[in-house]
Parts: sequence; structure tokens; C-alpha cells
Amino acid sequence: MAETYFTKEHEWVKIKEGIASVGITEYAAHQLGDVTFVELPQVGKTVKQFQVLCAIESVKAASDIYSPVSGTVTKVNEALEDRPEIVNEAAEDAGWMAWIEMSDPSEVKALMDRAAYDEYLRGLE
Amino acid sequence: MKLIYEQSVAGRPGVKLPAADVPRAADLPAGLLRDEPAGLPEVSELDVVRHYTNLSRRNFSVDTNFYPLGSCTMKYNAKVLENAAGLFSPYHPMTALLPTGERFSQGSLGMLHELGRWLAEITGMDEVTTQPLAGAHGEMTGIMLIAAYHKAKGNRKKYVVVPDSSHGTNPASAAMVGYEIITVPTAPYGDMDLELFRQAMNDEVAAVMMTCPNTLGLFNPHIREIADIAHAHDALMYYDGANLNAILGKVRPGDVGFDVIHVNLHKTFGTPHGGGGPGSGPVGVKTSLVPFLPMPRIVKKDDDSYALETDRPASIGRTANFFGNFGVMVKAFAYMAMLGREGLIQVSEQAVLNANYIMSQLKDYYDLPYDQTCMHECVFSAGKQLRHGVHAIDIAKYLIDRGYHPPTVYFPLIVKDAIMIEPTETESKATMDAFIAVMREAAAAAEKDPEALHTAPVSMPVSRLDETKAAREQNVCHMKW
Amino acid sequence: MSDSHYCPNTPDEIREMLAAIGVASVEELFAPIPAELRASSFDLPEGMSEFELFQRMQSLAGQNAQGMTNFIGGGYYDHIIPAVVDHLSGRAEFYTAYTPYQPECSQGTLQALFEYQTAICRLTGMEVANASLYDGATALAEAAMMALRVTNRNRLVMDGGVSPFTRQVVRTYLDNLDVEIVEIAPQQGGTDRAALLAALDDQTAAVLVQNPNFFGTLDDLTGLADAAHAKGALLVASVYPISLGLVQSPGAMGADIVVGDGQSLGNPLSFGGPSFGFIATTKKYIRNLPGRIIGETVDKEGRRGFVLTLQAREQHIKRHKATSNICSNQSLCALRGLIFLASIGKQGFAELARLNHDKAEFAKSTLAAINGVTVVNRGATFNEFTLALPKNADEVVAKLLQSHTAAGVPLAAYYPGMENCLVVTVTEKRTKDEILALARELERAL
Repeated sequence: MAETYFTKEHEWVKIKEGIASVGITEYAAHQLGDVTFVELPQVGKTVKQFQVLCAIESVKAASDIYSPVSGTVTKVNEALEDRPEIVNEAAEDAGWMAWIEMSDPSEVKALMDRAAYDEYLRGLE
Repeated sequence: MKLIYEQSVAGRPGVKLPAADVPRAADLPAGLLRDEPAGLPEVSELDVVRHYTNLSRRNFSVDTNFYPLGSCTMKYNAKVLENAAGLFSPYHPMTALLPTGERFSQGSLGMLHELGRWLAEITGMDEVTTQPLAGAHGEMTGIMLIAAYHKAKGNRKKYVVVPDSSHGTNPASAAMVGYEIITVPTAPYGDMDLELFRQAMNDEVAAVMMTCPNTLGLFNPHIREIADIAHAHDALMYYDGANLNAILGKVRPGDVGFDVIHVNLHKTFGTPHGGGGPGSGPVGVKTSLVPFLPMPRIVKKDDDSYALETDRPASIGRTANFFGNFGVMVKAFAYMAMLGREGLIQVSEQAVLNANYIMSQLKDYYDLPYDQTCMHECVFSAGKQLRHGVHAIDIAKYLIDRGYHPPTVYFPLIVKDAIMIEPTETESKATMDAFIAVMREAAAAAEKDPEALHTAPVSMPVSRLDETKAAREQNVCHMKW
Repeated sequence: MSDSHYCPNTPDEIREMLAAIGVASVEELFAPIPAELRASSFDLPEGMSEFELFQRMQSLAGQNAQGMTNFIGGGYYDHIIPAVVDHLSGRAEFYTAYTPYQPECSQGTLQALFEYQTAICRLTGMEVANASLYDGATALAEAAMMALRVTNRNRLVMDGGVSPFTRQVVRTYLDNLDVEIVEIAPQQGGTDRAALLAALDDQTAAVLVQNPNFFGTLDDLTGLADAAHAKGALLVASVYPISLGLVQSPGAMGADIVVGDGQSLGNPLSFGGPSFGFIATTKKYIRNLPGRIIGETVDKEGRRGFVLTLQAREQHIKRHKATSNICSNQSLCALRGLIFLASIGKQGFAELARLNHDKAEFAKSTLAAINGVTVVNRGATFNEFTLALPKNADEVVAKLLQSHTAAGVPLAAYYPGMENCLVVTVTEKRTKDEILALARELERAL
């Protein structure tokens, strides 16, 4: 069973056996509106926790996506290149953006679990 | 409407060309010769005339509609300015650059020199370059001048400071010159937060870019203090001239601590906006920056003739091929000459009066996040209407159905669902009263029939367009031949 | 309050407005500006009437030399402008609108600019174009910056045949960035291909060339494109649009980004502006384009319409991370270019280019027949060519200027060692008689 965590910047991360799958939350996808482009990271790129992983665009906005964990990108969701709308349709599932091989599993301490994230969202309203 | 390409009929001839009075030359070598003619339309002159006349009728414009697009100063463009510009259309810019060529271009060079002198007087600067081709180009040129100043002094600078209410061009221009951006939030009183600004400043700051009055239409009374703080760190003050229309004859940026300024001639000095351009963005500087101005410089000699200076070792070089958007500058020059000193002062007075009048008549109907005397524009929020599910965009589209070009919406970014109204001085009370009535109707409709606003506009050739489809499909060129 | 020409409100109306605002005077509205910040001076001339203004402007324009016969180019060209261009682009609905942020009431501008983008793609043989940049020089600088982004490299190789003004603009744009620019000195009016190829390395983002170059020489860029691509660099070509009626498109030669100045397409000389810059590229680089782009879409009823698209690249959304700082562009000049191309038409545009080439070839052979005059260009030329004179070209040009003949652009100021050389431009507007007269005058001056 994968563990799921969230960031304040509205990324989610699902961790299973040291591999972190990363995307943006449904809340973030809704805020952005229709996603028109996902600038995927390069496989092999190393990222640090909370630093820019990749970028996403909608009609009227452009946002950076920050990596919830440190590590190396091992795989990207190429389906998003042709169909960025998957992010709107299934942000927290088929809309994943990258897999990261984690370099420091203890970093999850700096993330929120589902309950904490839901509470955080309520605070934003 | 069909595209001009879709009206093409093979073999239909276009405009007749001058006679071929010389022998036909040999063909170019095979690798250089175009294999088939470019796919341009084959249409008659009348086809062209009907097509573009009918296309033009699908536009709102200053000449057909009230156009209170905030931050853009959509004032009336006097027709005589076009006639004036036409007088200069035959003159080749290279003429002046030929040996002894200045002698043959005294009218053009003299006009540029005089325009620069007037702009320097209006802005309180020492010298002006007319080379920058638009406002953002002026910003970039100005930041390059600042970079050259610091380089010459041996200063190590890394940052440019902008308020969060700034035009996007400010940080973008600074980034093009290699600077990193520090953004300072706006305080509840509507100007850059002075305390946070003080904290943000350090010796690595190259420049502070300000729009004054700012994009909320408010004049910053602390501007001198801000300049003093910046100068204490040897950071220079950059004035974004987008809102100069508000302060003509009232404030000169050079008097209050600014070191560099660009002026948007197409905003303040009444030249037409052309559906997006051309603009013109002359840059004025204080003496300390004069050595770095782009080349060629136009100088007035002792015998009152004008000459070009091309040997300026400290110059940043060139930011455009020739002398700038000359035709636009002729119009701005003519505008200034015609209005004169008193006329220009009246421009700012009436622009500020008109904006405050609209603000006073709409503030009971729309949220006014910064409720104070404004300058040339006022910024409302559609906050009240949001409660009924009506956004700024819906108000905008409703206005289109009523024959008004909408104000600027969703800018500045720091106001939720912003509606930024700039009437300019050329609109009459009657026009504004009619607009005010329609804005009030829109506010009433938002409460009673929000759906009607969501479906607007219904009277245009097209209804709301699918921008997502455009961005995803990227069909930007008609490829069917 | 009655001096100003264009402030319509009467004293009564102004009083009513002040009362509605709740202030006693206009001056009170300026109260937020502290007294110590007020203008210390505003010393400008008195205003004048429209009639007086026009007389003043006539007198000013009259201080320029009249009736100059232009054999000069250097980036700006004296071409015909069909009457429809002024009339249609002068339609107030185009002229006095601004950026089409509200597409429903701006379909005129939007469709016209979509048609313009299409024309640029078809002329250059590229897939996508933007809605215009400022001018040809800044377009090359933008293309260079685009190539640096696309390749994530920091070195440019620029051919010395690129206009010296344009090269200076590129250098000025990049001066504060960590970019190395290698310039390749031209040889006999052409590219030193061997030196250029030798300068390519795996940090080179792009090769920047101009075709025809400043000397007028045409070059088949195909091999250069292949060589650049082999190193992972882009080929950026700056072209003279009128030449594309005759010369192979840069797209077909393998260019990745194509730019140029659109002045020759329906924009008057007007002492150097306004004109427009164009930029075109392949679909894969569209997100790296600077400036506005118009895209086709549909409305709620499925009708075709046009909008500003891919705006997330631009400064108003992406601020310091935008692909460029450009906001206002040169839309109206681009519209003039489009109307020029539509009214000249497909065959007419090819004939126009042909006419330029024919007249220039006639002039070239006529002038080269003068004793001591030789042609510098080794390869083919379009409508400009470089002559070597038996004496200093600056002196010759200055002499001919006195009889209002701008005989060409002498190269002393731009290319050391070419003091005797002169670039001569011949457009379709120059008649056989004018060419023969130039030959006579030149012969006399030598």
C-alpha cells in the first residue's frame, strides 16, 4: 500500500518502495482551470525537496511545480504531452507527472497527510 | 468571415507593377531559386478592399466606441497628426548616415532633437534617446543603461526591485538584462509597503522600478523617501511612464528622485495604438547616465545644425536599427506642439477629473478596494458581483453588448477580479454618464439575472471563444493551400 | 479651461462633476501629491491651431533634402506601396483599437493578424509565426535569445554579413548575459564558410546569418543548416522579405528560426520607422516564441473565431520568466504588410521580386562597365550588390548626394579595408533612365 502526502503548494506524492509518484492535487487543477501544457522534467534530472520540478500552463496562468521530495527523476508521464487535459480529468491518478527515486525517505516528515491537507484547504477558503 | 486565402482564385491578377524597362536577367542558380511561389492569395483589388473593410467593422476602436481600457490611455487620436506624419514618409533613414548625409536630413534630425528636449523638460530629465520602439523596449534600454552605469562604477549588482502591482513588463525587462527580481508587496494603503521595501533593499540592488501613479491609479506620497533609500544603496530609480498622463505639468519624475524614465508616446502623447502597436518608448536619463545612451546621438551644433554622434565609447550600443519609430514620434511631436504648455497641463487635470468622476458614480455599485482620490484611472473589484457568481469577465462581456470596450480586467493582479477604468481627458461627461448608467445596469443584472451576463456577448460576430482549444491545438497558421 | 483642443467638458459640466465627486476644484484632486513633489518647471511653447501646426510640420519636413533618388538600402527599402494599403490600414477601426484582449469585439484585428501569420509562414516556409516584433534587428536579437533557451547553451556564432547595425543590436541585447558571441569576418562580400564551420562547437546555440547579406550576396544555406544541426545548434536566418518572391525560402534551406524586417512590405521609409519585425519557426519551438500569437478556435456555437493564444509565455502572466518582455508590438505595420501582400498577390509578388532582380542585374552590369569599377560579390545577388571603386567611396557618395542621388552605402564605417566599396540597391521603383543617370554621375565622380 502506497503512502500519500501533500505539500502546501498543492502537489501530491505517493511513495511505494522508495519510488515517489508526483502530481498536482485536484484543488490545484481546479484553480488552474483547463490545463493546456505540462512541461515535463527530463528523466535523469536530480531535484531537491521543494525546488522546481517542472511547470504547468493553463490558458491564463503558468505555475511551477515543486518537487515534494529529493531524488532522481526515473520516469515521466508522456501521455500528458498530447493530452494535458488528463490533469483536469484525473489530477491525483492518471494525471501524475513524474516518478522520483527518493534520496532521503525521512523528508516525508515535512509533508502533510490527507487529513492535514484537507484541514489546510479549509483554512484557505 | 472567410480568410483572404479562402477567396483566392488561381490566375486572378493583383495590383499592376511598374514596367519592366530592362532586359530579363539570367535565372538564379538552382539552389537559390524558389521552387514554387509563396502561397499568397490571388484576389482582385476590390476583393481586398471589401475583405479588410468588412474585417475592420468587427473591431471596437476609439473612433467608434468608448474604450476605457485601464493602463492603456486610449485617448482620441487627432487626425492632423496623421497628415503631419505623412509629410515625412519619403525620407530614407540611411541618408543621414551617409558621409555628409546629416545635411540632407535636417528636418528629421531637428524634429527628433526638439522632441527629446521637450520630453526632457516634461519629465525633468537631462537627456533623452528616442531609439526605443515601445514601452517595454524603453524599460529594457533603461535597465541596460543602469547596468552600464554600475559596471562603469565597478558596482556588483544582482537584483531589481519591483512592487507586486507592477506591469509584467517591469520584471520581464529586468530579467532580459540578467537581473533577478525582488517583489515587494503592496500595503493596505495602496502603495508599495515602505517597511518591507526598506527590508528588501541591499547593496546588490541595481534598480527600483516604479509606476507612479501606480497601477491602482494612486500617487505614492513616499516616492522621495523611496528614492532616498534606493540611492543610499547606489540603486537607481526607474520610472515606468505608462501612467504619465496623470501628472503632466504636475510632477516631474526627475524632480522627485527618478534617474531613468521611459515615456509611452502612444499613450500620453496621443498617437494611435494600431491594434497593438506601433508604440514608441523614448528614454530619459539624468546626467550620470548620459555617456551610456545608445548610438547614434543627435546633437545640435553651434551653427544650429544637427549632427550624428557615432563615436561614444561608453555607449550601450544600439537597441534598434535606426532612430526609433520615427513616424510615431512625428505624431507625438505634433501633438505636443499643438497642445502646448497649457494644453498639456489641462490633459492631466481633465484625465484625473474624469477618472474621479467615474469612481464617484460607481463606488456604491462596485467594491473599491482602495477608496481614496485616484489619479487618471480607478480600480474596482467585482467582489460584490462574485457573490452572485458573476465575474469581472462577465461584466466586461455585458459591456461589449452595450457598445463599450471593456475596461482592463484582472489587472492589477493584487485586486481580486479587478476592473480598471481609465476614461482619459478626451471623453465628455455625456459619454461617461451613459457608460456609468450601463455599469450600474450591469451591477443590477448581476443580482437579478446572472445567467444573462454569463452568456454575453450575444450581439457580436462571435460569442465567447474556446481559448483552451486554441492553446491545445495551436492552429496559428492557415496551412490549407 | 478652454485652451485644450481635445478636452470636451464645459465649465458647467466640470462644476457638476466636481460637485458629484465632492471637491471644490480640480486642484483638490491633486492633493495626494505633496507640495514638495510638485513640478519645478514646465517650460514648453504655447500651443497652436491645427492649421498652424500643419504649416510648421511642412516647414520642418521641407528642411530635409527633397527628391532624393535612392540607391541605398541597408535594411530599409524604397518599394511601391499600393494605394489600398494606406486606405485600408487607415480604417479607424484598425487604427484606433488596441491589443485584442477582448476577442469578441476585436475579430477584425485578430483575423487579420492570423492571416498575417499565415503569410509569414508561407513566405518563409516555416510552420508558425507570431503577430510581429518591433523590427528586423530586435527580431534577430529575440531569435538569438530564443535559441539560447531552446538549446540551453550560451554561445552564438554570428556571420559578419549580418547588417552591422543589427549585429550591434544583438550584442547590446546580450551584453549583460553570460553569452559568448563569435563574429566571423566576411570575405569578399560573402560568408567565410570554413571559418564559420570551424567556430561551431557543442556549446553553440545558433548560427546567425543574413540572406541576402549586407553586401547583397545570396547564399544557399542548406549545407550550413546541416552543419549546425550536426552540432546540435539552430540555424537562424534573417531575410529580406521581397527577395522571397524569387529566392528559395529559408525553411526549405533548413533554417530553424527565420526573422526579418517587414518595412519593405507596404511600410514607408519614414526615416526608419515604424516597420515590423517578423519571426517564424517550426511547431516544436512554438512555446519559446516571444510576443503575441493569434490562434484559431470556435465560439460556443461552433463558429470560427480567433484569440490571443499561448499567453502563458508572455510577460503579463509569466513576468520575469516570460519568453520576452515585449508587450506592444507593431500590429498596424504588420497589417500593412498583409494588405500589401494580398493586393500584390501570388503571381505579382513573384514578378515584383523578379523585377527587383532584373533591374539590379542591369544596374550591376552597367556600373561594372565603368572603367576601374568591379563587382565585389562572388556569388549571386538579389537587388543589392557591392562595387569596388577606384577611389574612396565616402567621397564619391558625398559628391553625388549634392545632386540628390543617394548612390549607395559606402562601407568604410562598417568594414575596415573596404574604404573603396559601395553597396548599391536597386528596387522596382528605379527606372532604366535613373540607372543610366547614376552610371553617368558615377563615372564623372571617379
